[in-house]
Order: sequence, then structure tokens, then C-alpha cells
Amino acid sequence: MSKIRVVQYINQFFAQIGGEEKADIPAELREGPVGPGLAFNAAWGDEAEVVATIICGDSYFNENLEKAQAEVLEMVKSQNPDMFIAGPAFNAGRYGVACGTIAKAVQDNLNIPVLTGMYVENPGADMFKKDVYIVATKNSAAGMRDAVKKMAPFALKLARHEAIGASCEEGYMPNGVRVNLFEKERGSARAVKMLIAKLNGKPFTTEFPMPSFDRVAPNPAVKDMAHATVALCTSGGIVPLGNPDHIESSSASHYGEYDIEGVMDLDAAHWATAHGGYDPVYANEDADRVLPVDVLREMEKEGRIGKLHNKFYTTVGNGTAVASSKAFAAEYAQKLKADGVDCVIMTST
Amino acid sequence: MKKLELGNILIHDVQFSNEGSKVENGVLYVNKEEICKIALEDENIASCEVFLARPGESVRITPVKDVIEPRVKVEGKGGIFPGWIAKVDTVGEGRTHVLKGAAVVTTGKIVGFQEGIIDMSGPGADYTPFSKTMNVVVKMEPVEGLKQHEHEYALRIAGFKIACFLGELGRNVTPDEVKTYEFDNIVESAAKYPNLPRVAYVQMLQSQGLLHDTYVYGVDAKKTLTTIITPTEVMDGAIVSGNCVSSCDKNPTYVHMNNPVVTDLFEQHGKTLNFVGMIITNENVYLADKERSSNWSAKLAKYLGCDGVIISQEGFGNPDTDLIMNTKKIEAEGIKTVIITDEYAGRDGKSQSLADADPSADAVVTGGNANQVIVLPPMETVYGHLEFVDTIAGGSANNIDAHGNITVEIQAITGATNETGFNYLSAR
Amino acid sequence: MVKEIERAGLPVVHICTVTPISMTVGANRIVPAIAIPHPLGNPALTMEEEKHIRRKIVETALEALETEVDDQTIFDVKY
Repeated sequence: MSKIRVVQYINQFFAQIGGEEKADIPAELREGPVGPGLAFNAAWGDEAEVVATIICGDSYFNENLEKAQAEVLEMVKSQNPDMFIAGPAFNAGRYGVACGTIAKAVQDNLNIPVLTGMYVENPGADMFKKDVYIVATKNSAAGMRDAVKKMAPFALKLARHEAIGASCEEGYMPNGVRVNLFEKERGSARAVKMLIAKLNGKPFTTEFPMPSFDRVAPNPAVKDMAHATVALCTSGGIVPLGNPDHIESSSASHYGEYDIEGVMDLDAAHWATAHGGYDPVYANEDADRVLPVDVLREMEKEGRIGKLHNKFYTTVGNGTAVASSKAFAAEYAQKLKADGVDCVIMTST
Repeated sequence: MKKLELGNILIHDVQFSNEGSKVENGVLYVNKEEICKIALEDENIASCEVFLARPGESVRITPVKDVIEPRVKVEGKGGIFPGWIAKVDTVGEGRTHVLKGAAVVTTGKIVGFQEGIIDMSGPGADYTPFSKTMNVVVKMEPVEGLKQHEHEYALRIAGFKIACFLGELGRNVTPDEVKTYEFDNIVESAAKYPNLPRVAYVQMLQSQGLLHDTYVYGVDAKKTLTTIITPTEVMDGAIVSGNCVSSCDKNPTYVHMNNPVVTDLFEQHGKTLNFVGMIITNENVYLADKERSSNWSAKLAKYLGCDGVIISQEGFGNPDTDLIMNTKKIEAEGIKTVIITDEYAGRDGKSQSLADADPSADAVVTGGNANQVIVLPPMETVYGHLEFVDTIAGGSANNIDAHGNITVEIQAITGATNETGFNYLSAR
Repeated sequence: MVKEIERAGLPVVHICTVTPISMTVGANRIVPAIAIPHPLGNPALTMEEEKHIRRKIVETALEALETEVDDQTIFDVKY
């Protein structure tokens, strides 16, 4: 098997051209490894090699972002590599940002695996860790040996499109994608250790950092409810009896759209729940307990609302990934809008 | 001081026997007729079959209702499973014999949506702790027309009775090892370990309603206020499972009896910490209950003078809120928390893992992402009913291919992402 | 999910039991329900009483949709 072809991106400093005073040199392509590439080649032996190195000044890249990116992309493309490595940048801020930017550009445009490395506090880390794999390195070039030791084997895995383990196993910065792994100690023992560290003011690492949630501003109120079309949606899994679309009891892969034209009441003879996360008895006895069709039909008759929309949308919230439910809702919200619905009542169990 | 000795009789094999059931030289001999007779005492159980499943065998058990460890009380007050099999005397003192390495696994026609899979070999075996036990599989079918909750009750009680019957076989056997768990009252322990941080365990019990319940001394946990229990009591079966929530993170009775947070805190007791007690709270479906129960967890943690607590969850979804409420309120009392949970981050791992969140929950142990997909190759033998893998949580329609491979999320595997930290799986 | 409907430009009210989750995930108009297995019902009551309660919850939800809000708001049902 032939060696994996790698192109590496480094800055003027690591190419030993100069420091800050040379930071404005434009991008340049050299054959073979330069600087850190030698260490990577040594680590890879017969497996892979740096076939070309792109050198670019940090100021040049950041000040001519569009132009520099396009130039570097062309250079990478010209080498037809299997893998692209940027840096490692350690704690050099502009270099880190350049590495993140160009790695992402190569990944997105050339569709080849990419890897970069930098210190966790490098501003490029927060900017790009969700987009590209970034190996956490020490904060200065003195950590090169350590960085190569982590990056070289990981780069091989990426280049070979092997399964990628969890961040703590592979050494990349957590990127928001949760990956399972087997630990050496069971969970309870890890919890006890973590608590002892926390009690003694010693450092500990949470296995799951708490997320922050985004917000959407509220839409204006409904002005004339007596002429408005109201739609019902639910995450309580109300479906026609027998669950004709086989919506899963948990971790659902699709949502249901059901016609309630002329339906005055969700009786037990025709409606039930597919939800596996709560006691289904009450919803199965009377699905209006989850989806209040009966009451809204009355209100429709009385003129409290203009109309109950003749379709409702249903999903199973239980164990269904937030991203899936978001996608379901985004899709049927468009259908509701197209059908002229004015407002929505969503019920959850 | 309370003291409980657990005498472990190490079981390294299980065999059928035409004579009476017995334990001899580390082998559990099981007489099928004796087991079935116990199961059929209940008129709601129409039929009973017994199978044996050993680690490494090409065997799949599904749908798994409960897993129970055979134990017997040989000294001290009360008996195993107080409130069900024994009277309600307070347990947790004296001596209890354990058939360590053996387990009763109950199966049969599915009760709820959410019973699991145990594979004794292959990739699925890595994910369930019960691929490592010598399993006495009891398959019971209900009489026609039996309601879900009566069906659940019948299987639950039969499982306990059978586990006690097998446990009884160890009464006069000399244990291979004896583990002693000593537990002082709070005054004694404060005097004994004045310089160690005071730590309690807050266990959240699944109590979402019919088919999602846990019982303490026979009492339905959803009808209880948050309370205190001494940790040795759970070793005698004071807390039992009556629930059918997603099998990956429900606590089978076996896990309650062997609660790993309890054993691992005992391990450190008197060394790095002072294990002052255990608080049990619930996960009810009413908001007021959630508020009240978590208020009480915080109040009791403060009352015990805790410096730190470990909080374990059971289940997912709305109980994530109970978990976050407990954490927030206990941290607000100046008590440090570590929580154990699991994640539903989607098959691609990119989604939000928990339904609720708070910055005070800064020390989290995770049992892994339950949505991870796994392909389970066919097994030579299936005990139970394979047809239900379509409908159990984690399964989906037509998930068995032409070669018999089953594609499921690991949430269908019993104990895969257990939130008491019973398993080794995690995620980053 | 509520957020996606809001994002699409439709005013939406979320009737749910666990209002803290609704707050955390970012619903803007929230009406507390009765219990998880029966958010708009209560099997302990007669069918008539139950429907009466359900109507009050739905009425509160409609009022929430008719009310301008700047921020996440919980509309308590007046039983």
C-alpha cells in the first residue's frame, strides 16, 4: 500500500523564516516536510508522509483572509493529498485562528480529513473545535514532541476513515458530538472520586458539560381569536388506534399527521398513544386528556375560536433526540403556515 | 452501630437437577418443577418455563422484565424483600447469604413497552452487566385478559419468590467470603470521623406511575415523601423494581440490592469521607411533587450536615428536571454534588443530551449515550419472545434483517447506561 | 419543538406539566398542565368535571395566545 499523502500548513516562525517581522509573507508551497513535518514523518515511518508544506505569514493570512484562503486551497488541491494537517499552533493566537480557518476550508471544499492542534486557550480553539478535530497541545513550541505523539496516530486514523473514539481517548477537544466509550472504572467509582476531588478543592473534569440553550423571540399575540385557525400538536404520541404509521415508542424516527375533520372527540375506540415514556392507561382511555379535541370543537361551535385546524401533528418525545424533534417541528410548522393556521397549541406529557 | 455481614457464596455454574434444587461446591442446581410450582401458585400466571443462560453462550433473553439476586437472611431481624416476601421488620442488620454470580431473570410476553435484551455473548454482551452472571431464566405467561398492571405485579412477585427460594438454598452453606458493612448513627460517626467530609447518597427512584414504579418496604415510592434509609437496608431488598422504563437505565432489583454507589461509598467510609446516610426521593409526574420532593432532598441533606452528596437518577426525560432541581437546591445549601445520569444525544451524538440543565450541575458522571446504535447478530437460542424487539424502547419497525441481525439503540439493552454507575459505559 | 414553531412565525402556547423543562428549552407562552400521563385530564374526577378542567386549561392557553409577551411567561390556570 502506498503511503498516505499529507499536506501540512505552518507559519513563518515554524518554517524558520522569522518572527513577527516576517508575519506578512504570502503563502508559499514547498515540496516535502519543513520544520514540524520532519517530526511527523519520523513518527509515521512507512505509513504516511508530508509530501508538501504550505508556509504562510500569520498577518498575511488574517489580513487577507479571502485571498489567502483561496491561494492555500489551490495549493492543497494541487498536491491531491489524502490528509491535511494545520499547525500545531500551540498558544499563538493568529496562527491558531489561521489553522482553524484553513483546516475547515479544506474539509468543506476539498472533502478530505483534516486535523489541527493548539493550546486549549488559543482563541482558534473555541472558534473551530466544533468544526474540525483539534488536538489539545501544550502552550508553547516546547510541547512539539508531545503534540506530534498525539496528532500523528490520530491523523492516520482520520486519513484511513477509521471509527473515531471519544475525545478523551483520541486526544481531540470535545466537539459537542457525544461518543460512547468503556471506562476502566464503573460509574459509581468515578462519581465517588469526582466528589472527593470536588470536596477537597482539587481539579476534576465533568463527563458532561452543561449546555446553554438558545432562545427565539415570542411572536405577536393573536388579535382576533374568533376568526383564527388554531392547530393542535403534541409530543404525547396520540395516534389512531393500532398506530398505523408505526411511530416508535421511544426515539421516534418520524412524526404523524392525522386528519380530524369531523372528529368531535378522541374516543378510546379510535385513538391511543404510542408514547413509551409514561403510563399509557389514561391517554388510551381518553386521548382528549392529552390532545383536547373535544373542548376545542365546542369552542369552535361557540365561536370562541374561528376554526380547529383539520390536521394535527404528533410525535413521541420519549428518548427522541432533540435534533430530530426540532427537524420534525420545523417541517410541519411550514405545513401549518401553508395551510393558513394562525396559532398553535402544543401539548406535552 | 449497625452491622450487616454479606456472606458471598460464589456461584461459578448453574445446572438443572432432577432432584431437589441445591447449592454444592459453587454450583447452583435448579429443579425446574420446583421453580414452576412457585410461579404457578399465582392464578394469574398461566404457564412457566425455566432455562439456564451462562456467560459466553449464544443466548439472547428478551423481553427482560427484572433481574434479581438470590439472597437469604440467616441472622438478624426480618427477611429479604420486606413488604413483599418478608414482613416489614426493619432489615439491614445481622447476616445475609448471597448466591454471588447467580441471578434470576424474568421474561415472558411483554408487559410494557420497555423491557430489554440480555445477550450472553457477542457485542451486545459487552453492554449488559447481566451477561456475566449465571442466569436462571424464568419465562412466565399471564392468563388471558390480564390487565397490564396485574401482569406486572404477578411477574414481579413471582421473581422475588423464586429468588428467595434459590437464596434459601444458601442458608447453611459456608460462604467463600464475608464482607462486613458497619454503619454508625450520625452522632457516633461524627465523633469517630471529625475531620472527614460528610457525604450522603441521594437516590432518585423511578415513580412515574403504573408500570414505572419502585417500591420501598412494599410502599409505592410515588406516594412517599423524600426520606432517609440506612444503606445496609437496601442490601436486604428494601427497595425493589416494579418498572418497565427503558431497560438501559432502569434499575432492576439486582441493582438496588447491589447499589454500586452504596458499596463504593462504603469502600471510602472512614478513609476519605464519612458516609452518613442515604436519602431516597422520587420522580413523580406532578410538578408540585417534583418541587416538594427536591425541597426535601435538600432539607435532609442539610439536616444530615452533609458536605457533599452523590445523586443518581433513574430514567430520563422529565426526571431530568427532578435531577436538576435536586442538584440546584442541594448546591444552594452549600453542599457539593456529583450527579450520575445518562444521555439521549441522538444516534449521531449531536443532539442535546438532557431535557434540563443548570450551571450548578458542574460535576457529572454519564452512563453514555443511550441512542447509540448497535447491531446484534443472531443468537442460537432465544429465551422469551424475539418479536417484541420491534416495539421495545430503542427498537423500531422491521429492525431485524434477513440474516437475523437486529439493529437497535443500546437503550434496549438491560443496564447499558445504568445511572447508579453500575456499568462501565460513558461518553464524551 | 415549540421553539421551531415559534421560529417559523406562528404564535404557540405550550401546555405541559413540567414547566421548568419548557422554560429551559425556551417556550415563550407556557400553561401548566395537570400531570404527565394526563396533562389535560384527571382520571380521579368524573368525565364532566374532567372536561370542565380541560376547558379551563384550553381557555387559558387561548388567552395566552391573545396576550403580548416580551419574555418567557407562565400563564397559571384559574381553577
